[in-house]
Amino acid sequence: MNAHVNADMSPLDIALDPQPLLSVAGVGRFYGERIGCQGVSFDLWPGEVLGIVGESGSGKSTLLRCLAGIDRPDEGEVLFRGSGEPLDIYSVAEQERRRLMRTAWGIVHQNPRDGLRMDVSAGGNVGERLMDRGDRHYGKIRERALDWLSRVEITEDRIDDRPRQFSGGMQQRLQIARVLVSEPKLVFMDEPTGGLDVSVQARLLDLLRVLVRDLGLAAIIVTHDLAVARLLTDRLMVMKDGRVVEQGLTDQVLDDPHHAYTQLLTSAVLSV
Amino acid sequence: MMTAQTILSPHPEEPRSGVSKDAPARSETSFETKPPASPQDEGCGETKPAYNYAYLDEQTKRMIRRALLKAVAVPGYQVPFGSREMPLARGWGTGGIQITAAIIGPDDTLKVIDQGADDTTNAVSIRRFFQQTAAVKTTEATDEATIIQTRHRIPEAPLNPGQIMVYQVPMPEPLRKLEPREAETRKMHAWAEYGLMQVKLYENIARFGEVTTTYDYPVLVNGRYIMAPSPIPKFDNPKMHMSPSLQLFGAGREKRIYALPPHTSVKSLDFDDHPFRIQSWTEPCGLCGAGDSYLDEVITDDHGGRMFVCSDSHHCETRRGQGHRGAMLADASALHLVEETKP
Amino acid sequence: MTTMIHVENVAKAFTLHNQGGVRLPVFDNVNFSVAAGEALVLAGASGAGKSSLLRILYGNYRPTSGTIAITHAGRPIDIVSAVPRTVLDIRRRTLGFVSQFLRVIPRVSALDIISDPLLARGVPAEEASERAKAMLARLNLPQRLWNLAPATFSGGEQQRVNIARSFVDPSPILLIDEPTASLDAANRDVVVQLIAEARAKGSAIVGIFHDEAVREAVATRYLDITDFRKAA
Repeated sequence: MNAHVNADMSPLDIALDPQPLLSVAGVGRFYGERIGCQGVSFDLWPGEVLGIVGESGSGKSTLLRCLAGIDRPDEGEVLFRGSGEPLDIYSVAEQERRRLMRTAWGIVHQNPRDGLRMDVSAGGNVGERLMDRGDRHYGKIRERALDWLSRVEITEDRIDDRPRQFSGGMQQRLQIARVLVSEPKLVFMDEPTGGLDVSVQARLLDLLRVLVRDLGLAAIIVTHDLAVARLLTDRLMVMKDGRVVEQGLTDQVLDDPHHAYTQLLTSAVLSV
Repeated sequence: MMTAQTILSPHPEEPRSGVSKDAPARSETSFETKPPASPQDEGCGETKPAYNYAYLDEQTKRMIRRALLKAVAVPGYQVPFGSREMPLARGWGTGGIQITAAIIGPDDTLKVIDQGADDTTNAVSIRRFFQQTAAVKTTEATDEATIIQTRHRIPEAPLNPGQIMVYQVPMPEPLRKLEPREAETRKMHAWAEYGLMQVKLYENIARFGEVTTTYDYPVLVNGRYIMAPSPIPKFDNPKMHMSPSLQLFGAGREKRIYALPPHTSVKSLDFDDHPFRIQSWTEPCGLCGAGDSYLDEVITDDHGGRMFVCSDSHHCETRRGQGHRGAMLADASALHLVEETKP
Repeated sequence: MTTMIHVENVAKAFTLHNQGGVRLPVFDNVNFSVAAGEALVLAGASGAGKSSLLRILYGNYRPTSGTIAITHAGRPIDIVSAVPRTVLDIRRRTLGFVSQFLRVIPRVSALDIISDPLLARGVPAEEASERAKAMLARLNLPQRLWNLAPATFSGGEQQRVNIARSFVDPSPILLIDEPTASLDAANRDVVVQLIAEARAKGSAIVGIFHDEAVREAVATRYLDITDFRKAA
């Protein structure tokens, strides 16, 4: 834990931000007649962590792809305020969108294989975003890679190993380091702990919790695991059949659910 | 590389030479030659194979020239072109041959080198191909040539304004090994997203302490496009930078043409703290004593004897002609490995 | 005295959609205020809705109707209608909740759990650590446990960690739910002292205390929840 970082970007200031970082209005995506997601609107402020929960097929991953600039929604708009003017991410040129995705945003995929270069060493994976933005000093790139590997609890001696030689949990932590090294403002995570066994999950969750807090990151996390949502998120959106049925403060939604579907969802869990 | 020296001869068969003898007459008036010989040319046209000047038909040459103009206008950018079937297999220099065919005229003097040597099979064959189809003068002297088609080397002698280098390129896409999708590599070029290329160099240094790429070492052209310089040794990379000659690159199999106009900046990729370095040798050329040329290792006997000699055979000969003598020249002459040139 | 909490016409009912839509009324028309330095103790039989009311004050449960003005950074804000980030900010700076149960976070040591709120308020790491240690010592938590994650602690030990976290830097408003349930007499007395100290510093306190003696020692005023059950 880095106390000073935390103190500097004090939550007191975060709450005073006058402008949301991301403004989503009426986003919808359709697969022919079928609704992927529809009518999704919300604002996300710097430092906020939003969870999107729902069963498989509820449209949460479709929504995440629309928000993250991967799939163009059929309706609605996604405005990002990285610095200065708000940017409609689907009306800017693809070049700008790609630049955004490599610098101000990060995407943590459920399957680390989708987010890592499996033939490139751990150090190279972490350093890529730095080299993308023009860093050309090998020693400094390596230093930052080492720093980030230690922050995600990968020992220094693994820096030249390839991700193939890593366990699933380590691969996922490496992916997180690769994304966070460029100090993005907004991170999208799709089931970040999916596919990991319980003890590995716990370690990863704690790591994410600390990183998100220390860096003052805004994040959107898709999960079907309410315990993950409880631990990591400030706010929750519950999705069913492509629509948001309930949203609010995470503990409100989980402890005092109002919608029938949310009540079903929370009561189906043994203990969150 | 053994393959380079065991290339089968691509030169045209006997009947074709008859045609090429007529070529100068047909092409004296203009650079773009007339259509193939019509029957009244010699009265027995039906039986003669009708090859156009420099083998390719005029429309094809125009198409290639258009691609070349675009390539020159956007230095380092890979221009797609309709690569034709040539009388040798793709991958044996068809890209370079097509470029040469599109720019050559009867007044040109052609030099062809392969592995730095003028006398290897492929170099000899390509030279003969253009002697016969384009009726040009050929030479081994770098300073006499107006067009130098090359594989693997840039001559040691400095190039002059007006000379054109034509490179045979097997793999024009420098990002291909890192990113297999063509659509993606084009976007990466379009938007200069070149971090990945640097990752490759990073990997080299991380694993081996230095960048181990020794040939086809990627370069940044004019501060904009990353370009594969063809399989020349990185030793030759600095020669491309601000060269007074026009440099054209042709990849026949991959159907790409790119170019460096004269006086274009060509920077070999590196890190600030791991700057680009060319190869160096601990001893000079065994034959001519040159200490600043690219050397090949030559095995001289079956007892482990070996020597290092200039890979640029013409450069070496020229120096010997000027009286430079390497430590092993006498031995090599005694063994009839080289003719000792009289100064 | 500054009014810290002002509750107006609050009603709460639960609707269980998956059990035939049955509606469970809890209370209706709740009105009260709490000033800085006061300790309001909620009374009423088990199941009367004391805990529900406390959670509503914290913004955890949403009332069916009514408003709750929390004095936050010098001005009243309705926590019922506030957007999530405002609620979080109120909790961070103004509103503390001391529950019976510690929500254990894997791998975080007892010491870190306690210094965490200090760090979040900008206290330097060293000072935060010192204050956390002092608090743990006061609550008689064996020193060997300080650097361990409380997952394996006994109920009483976990509860003391929880109390230490809440009182290391008491919030202007403290909501307290049965903090002494599994504590021995000595530690119970420490908790009573801590509450008194917080009150002396100006904290407004609303609490539920199962233990009669603690209740007597803490309360400056009582509020019987049963009074609000009539019409609900």
